[in-house]
Amino acid sequence: MPPPSPHSCRGRIVSANFLDRLRAVLLAILLTAAFAVPALAGPFEDAIAKFANDDFSDTDEAIGAVAVSGNPLAFPIISALQEGRLSADPDTRKVFVTGSDGKIIDAATGAAVDKLPDNAAAVRLNNRLRRAVEAALGGLTLLSPDPAKRIAAAQSVFKSHEESALATIDSALAKETNKTAKAAFAEARAAILLYKSDATEIEKLEAIAVVKARGDQEAMALLTGLGSDVPPNVARAAASAIASIQSNLAMWSMVQNAWYGLSLGSVLLLAAIGLAITFGVMGVINMAHGEMVMLGAYTTFVVQEVIRTRYPGLFDYSLLIAVPLAFLVAGAIGVLIERGIIRFLYGRPLETLLATWGLSLVLQQAVRTMFGPTNREVGNPSWMSGAFELGQITITYNRLWILCFTLAVFVILLAMLRYTALGLEMRAVTQNRRMAASMGIATSRVDALTFGLGSGIAGIAGVALSQIDNVSPNLGQSYIIDSFMVVVFGGVGNLWGTLVGAFTLGIANKFLEPVAGAVLGKIAILVLIILFIQKRPRGLFALKGRAVEA
Amino acid sequence: MSVMEGRTTSALLYLDGVHVSFDGFHAINNLSLTLEPGEMRAIIGPNGAGKTTMMDIITGKTKPDEGTVLFDGMTDLTRLDETQIAELGIGRKFQKPTVFESQTIEDNLLLALNVDHSVKGTLFWRGNRNESERIDRVLETIRLTDARNRLAGSLSHGQKQWLEIGMLLAQDPKLLLVDEPVAGMTDVETHQTAELLKKINKEKTVMVVEHDMTFVRQLGVKVTCLHEGTVLAEGTIDQVSSNERVIEVYLGR
Amino acid sequence: MTPHVLTRSLDRSASIFILVVAGLGLLIPLSNLLLPAGSMLQVPTYLVALFGKYACYAILALSIDLIWGYCGILSLGHGAFFALGGYAMGMYLMRQIGSRGVYGNPILPDFMVFLNYPELPWYWHGFDMFWFAALMVILVPGLLAFCFGWLAFRSRVTGVYLSIITQAMTYALLLAFFRNDFGFGGNNGLTDFKDILGFNVQADGTRAALFALSCLALILAFLICRAVVTSKLGKVLIAIRDAESRTRFLGYRVESYKLFVFTLSACMAGVAGALYVPQVGIINPSEFAPGNSIEAVIWVAVGGRGTLVGAALGAVVVNYAKTYFTSGPLAPYWLFMLGALFILVTLLLPKGIVGTFSAWRESRKATEKANAESAAREDGVGEPNPAE
Repeated sequence: MPPPSPHSCRGRIVSANFLDRLRAVLLAILLTAAFAVPALAGPFEDAIAKFANDDFSDTDEAIGAVAVSGNPLAFPIISALQEGRLSADPDTRKVFVTGSDGKIIDAATGAAVDKLPDNAAAVRLNNRLRRAVEAALGGLTLLSPDPAKRIAAAQSVFKSHEESALATIDSALAKETNKTAKAAFAEARAAILLYKSDATEIEKLEAIAVVKARGDQEAMALLTGLGSDVPPNVARAAASAIASIQSNLAMWSMVQNAWYGLSLGSVLLLAAIGLAITFGVMGVINMAHGEMVMLGAYTTFVVQEVIRTRYPGLFDYSLLIAVPLAFLVAGAIGVLIERGIIRFLYGRPLETLLATWGLSLVLQQAVRTMFGPTNREVGNPSWMSGAFELGQITITYNRLWILCFTLAVFVILLAMLRYTALGLEMRAVTQNRRMAASMGIATSRVDALTFGLGSGIAGIAGVALSQIDNVSPNLGQSYIIDSFMVVVFGGVGNLWGTLVGAFTLGIANKFLEPVAGAVLGKIAILVLIILFIQKRPRGLFALKGRAVEA
Repeated sequence: MSVMEGRTTSALLYLDGVHVSFDGFHAINNLSLTLEPGEMRAIIGPNGAGKTTMMDIITGKTKPDEGTVLFDGMTDLTRLDETQIAELGIGRKFQKPTVFESQTIEDNLLLALNVDHSVKGTLFWRGNRNESERIDRVLETIRLTDARNRLAGSLSHGQKQWLEIGMLLAQDPKLLLVDEPVAGMTDVETHQTAELLKKINKEKTVMVVEHDMTFVRQLGVKVTCLHEGTVLAEGTIDQVSSNERVIEVYLGR
Repeated sequence: MTPHVLTRSLDRSASIFILVVAGLGLLIPLSNLLLPAGSMLQVPTYLVALFGKYACYAILALSIDLIWGYCGILSLGHGAFFALGGYAMGMYLMRQIGSRGVYGNPILPDFMVFLNYPELPWYWHGFDMFWFAALMVILVPGLLAFCFGWLAFRSRVTGVYLSIITQAMTYALLLAFFRNDFGFGGNNGLTDFKDILGFNVQADGTRAALFALSCLALILAFLICRAVVTSKLGKVLIAIRDAESRTRFLGYRVESYKLFVFTLSACMAGVAGALYVPQVGIINPSEFAPGNSIEAVIWVAVGGRGTLVGAALGAVVVNYAKTYFTSGPLAPYWLFMLGALFILVTLLLPKGIVGTFSAWRESRKATEKANAESAAREDGVGEPNPAE
C-alpha cells in the first residue's frame, strides 16, 4: 500500500487546523516508518523539485512529500524553509539549503555547493504553508537527533493526544536513552492511551497514574477534558488524580506567588533602601530619589553603549563596570544636591519635599533632552538572561540575580553602618543630632556623605532595574511612591524595617494580584498602608523616646 | 478638706509605682510622688533623671507602662489625652519656652483662656469684656502690657518665659507644671519669677522643675530630688541638699 | 455669616482683591459678548475659557493655602478632591448628552455602551439632576477628606508622613479611575459634553457665564477663607501650625480643627474641579496624577502661603507662565523652569511674592514711623541733640 500523500486530501487540509495537519503528517511518517520503505530517490527528488515551481500549492505538496520521505535531509530542508534559508533555481530546478552556519548544500543530494546560483531565490511561504511547515516539523522532530527537540515534540503530542502518533512514540520510546525525553514520551503515550477509545481499562488507569505524576496545568486540562463516556473506574481514578493535581498546583502557585513576591520585594527594597538612609538618618524627604535610580539606569546604558562600540567582548562585564560608576555618578550628584539645596532647608521638611520635587522635574527633563524621551535599550548580559525550572515554576536568572544583588547591597550597607566610622557617625546623628554635634561629629559632613551614600545606592538600584524595566526618563517616577510606602511602612531610621517592609509589601502585592487583579491589588495595598499608618504612625519598627520627637 | 466619696487620696496629684521605658531604657522607674492641694513643690535632679518624662506622663503626652496617676484623687490621667487633661485643669510650661511666635502677645493669651475650645465656639467667637479684662490682668502680672500688640517671636528669652507663665495663668488651671522657668534669665528676672510663682501659689498648686538652687531656695518649699527615674530624696531644701546621695549624683561636693 | 464676620474679614488688600475679581468677572464676559469679534478690546472666547480655568485653579490654590498656609498641613493629594468634584460634574454632563451620543443610547453614556454595560451602575443614578450633581460635587470630596482626615489626624499623622499618604491616596485613585470597569470611562474619562442646564457648553454665552460663575465662586471661596482665618479659629489654626503640641496642652482638640479645615478645603477644591470641567470639556484620570497636586502646591508657594491673595495670584501667575511657555518655542524648557521655580521659591522666596512684598512694606512703614517720630522729637521740643 503506497503511503497516501497529503495532497490527496488537500481540499480538507486547506481549511483544516494545525492539529489536523499534524495528524496527517504523523500518520504519513508512521506509515513510512512502519513499512520501512527505503528512501526512494525518485519521489523525494521529484518532491524537492516542486519547491522550485514558486507555486504555493506545489510547495505544499513538496512539504508533505518531504516530511514523509524519511530522508535524513528532510528535517534540515523543512526547517530551512521555515527560516527562509531554502532557495531554488527556477532554471535548473535545483534546490539549496543554506545552513545556519552559512554552508550550502544541494537539497536533493546533500552534496556541498560553493555558492548559490545567481538566479536562486528563497522559497516563499504564506500563512497556510507556515502552518504546514510547523506541522511537518512537529512530526519530524519526534525523531530528531536533538533531545530538546524530541522533548518539545513529545510535549506537543501530549497536548494533542493525537492517536496517530502512538506508533511513532512507541518506537521512539523503545530506543530513547535520554531520561527526560523518555519521561516526555511516556507522558505523551499516556495522554494518547487515555483518549484512545479502544485502550483497555488497565492501560487507561496506568495512563492516569503517569499523567497525575506529571501534575501540572496541562495534565489537569488533559484529565478534565476526558469527558463522561469512560468506564467508572477510570472516571474515579481521573477525579482523584484531578484533585491531587489541583492541590499540587495550588501549592506550586503559592510557591510561584511567593517567588514573584520576593522578586518584587527585592526590587522595592533596592529602590527604597537609599531612601531609608536619607529619610532615616537625615529626615530629608528626597522626592528626586527616583531620579537617582534613573541616573543609575542611564549610566548602565552609557556603559553598554561604550562597550558595544569599543570593546564588544566585555559586554558580559558591563553591569560589573556600571555598578561602581552608577554609585559614583548618583552619589556625586547627591552630594551636590545636599550642598547646593538641601542643607539650606534643614528643619523645613515640607520645603525640602517641594524643592526636591522641582529637582526631579529638572533631572527628568535634562535626561529627556540628552537621551531623548523614548526608552533606551539596555541589554541583559548572558549570565542574566534565560531561566530555569524549579518544580512547576520558572525562575528567570535576572530576577534571581537582582534578589541576590539586593541582599548583598543590604548586607554591605548594614555592615558599613555597624563597623565603619562613617556608619557610627550616621547612627549617632540618626539617634540624636544635637548630641552628636556636641560630641564633635561634623554633622554637616555626615549629612553630605549620608545623602551621597543614599543617592549612590539609588544609582546602583538603577543598574539592577535597567535589567527588568524600561530605561526612560520616567523610570524614577514609577518607583518613588512605592519606595516611600516601603520606608513609611517599615519605619524610619531602621534598615531592617525597610527590609521587612519591602518584602511584606512585595509578597502581599503578589498574593493579592491573582485575587483582585494587578491594579486593584495595588490599590488595596495603598489603602492598607494608609490605614496601617493610622495604627502605627511611625511604621513597623519605629524608634521610640523623646529624641525622636525633638 | 473632707475626703470625698470614692476618693482614694486627698492629694491633688498622686503618682504611684510608675514605670516607663523607651526601647529598654528605663526613663521612669517605680516613681511615686504626691502633691497636696495648694502645695508648691520643687523638683530637682540631674539631666536624664526623668523630670520632663514625668511631666509628659502627667500631661498625657507619654503613656506609662504601668503605675497609677491620679488627679484630684479620682481621675485616672493615664486614660486621658493631652486635650482632656488640659481641660481638667493641668497647665504646663515647657522647658524650652513655647509660645505662638507669629501671633501677638495678646492673641497668645487669648488662645490660652479657658473658654470654649470647640471648633464651632472658636469659629463664631466674639470677644467680650470679661475675656479682655482677664487678658489685661495677666498682661499686668507678667509686665507685658505695653508689648501686647507685638509678635511673640520678637520677645526676649526671659519675656517669652514670662509670656508662657502668663498663658498658664490665662488657662487658669488647678495645677501648674512649670519646667525650668528661669533658664536663661538674669538674676533680677529670676528673683521676680520666684516672687511671681509664690504669688500664683496662693491660689494654685504648682510643681516647678528647676536646676537653679538659689531659685529653689528662694521658693522655700518642699523639694523632691529625682535620679534615674525614681525619687532619691524628699524634704526641705536643707535636708535634701545635705543628703549624701543627692550630693554624690547631683549637687557635687 | 454675620455682618460682623464680613467687616472683620475685609481689610484693604482683601477688598481690592474682591473688586478686581468681580470687575474681571463682569468685564471679560461683557467684552466677549458685546464687542464685535476682532475688535481690540474684545476678549476672544478661547481666552475666556482660559481665564475661567485660571479662576478654578485659583480656588484650588485657596483651598490648599487654607490648610497649608494656615494650619501647616501639606496635602499632596488635593488634585484628587479637585478631580472628584470634576467627575461629579462630568457625570451630570454625560447624562445630559442623552441620546445624542455616538451610539444614541438614551440612558447609557457612550463608553458604557462600548464596554457592554447592561445598565447604568448604581452610583450613576441621580446625576441626571443638576441639584444632585451639585450636591455631590461638594459631598464626595468632603466625605473622602472627612474619612481620610478622621483616620489620619486622630492618629496624629503629621508633616511629611501626611504628605506622603495624601500622595498615595491620589495615586490609588489614579489607578482606580484608569480602570474601565470602575465605571468612569477609564483612560478616556468623560468628554464630548453637550449641554449644561440646557445651554450648549460650547456656546460663547455659556462660556462667558461659566467664567463669571467661576469668578463668583472664587470670591465666595475667598470670603469663606477670610472668615475662617480671621476668626479665633484662624488663630487656633496658626497656633497648631506653629506649635501643635502646645496647642494641645492648652486644651484644644487639634484633630477636630484639622479635620474641619481639611474637609472644608476639600469641598472648595471639589467646587473648583466642578467649574473646571465644563470649561475645558473633559475630565480624565490624569487629573489625579500626583504631579498635578504638587504643582498646585507650588502655585501657593510662589504667591505666598499664609496670604490668601497670594495663593490665588500664584495660581494665575504660574499658570499664565505655563500657558505662555508651553505654547511657544520654549516648550521643551518649561519643565526646567517649573523645576527651578520649585527650588528657587523654597530657597530664596519662602514667603512668596505677596508675603515678601508685605514684609517689605511693613519694614518700610516701620522705618518711616521711626523717622517721623525722631523728626517730631527734634522739631517739637527742640532739645539740643546730645550727639552735637
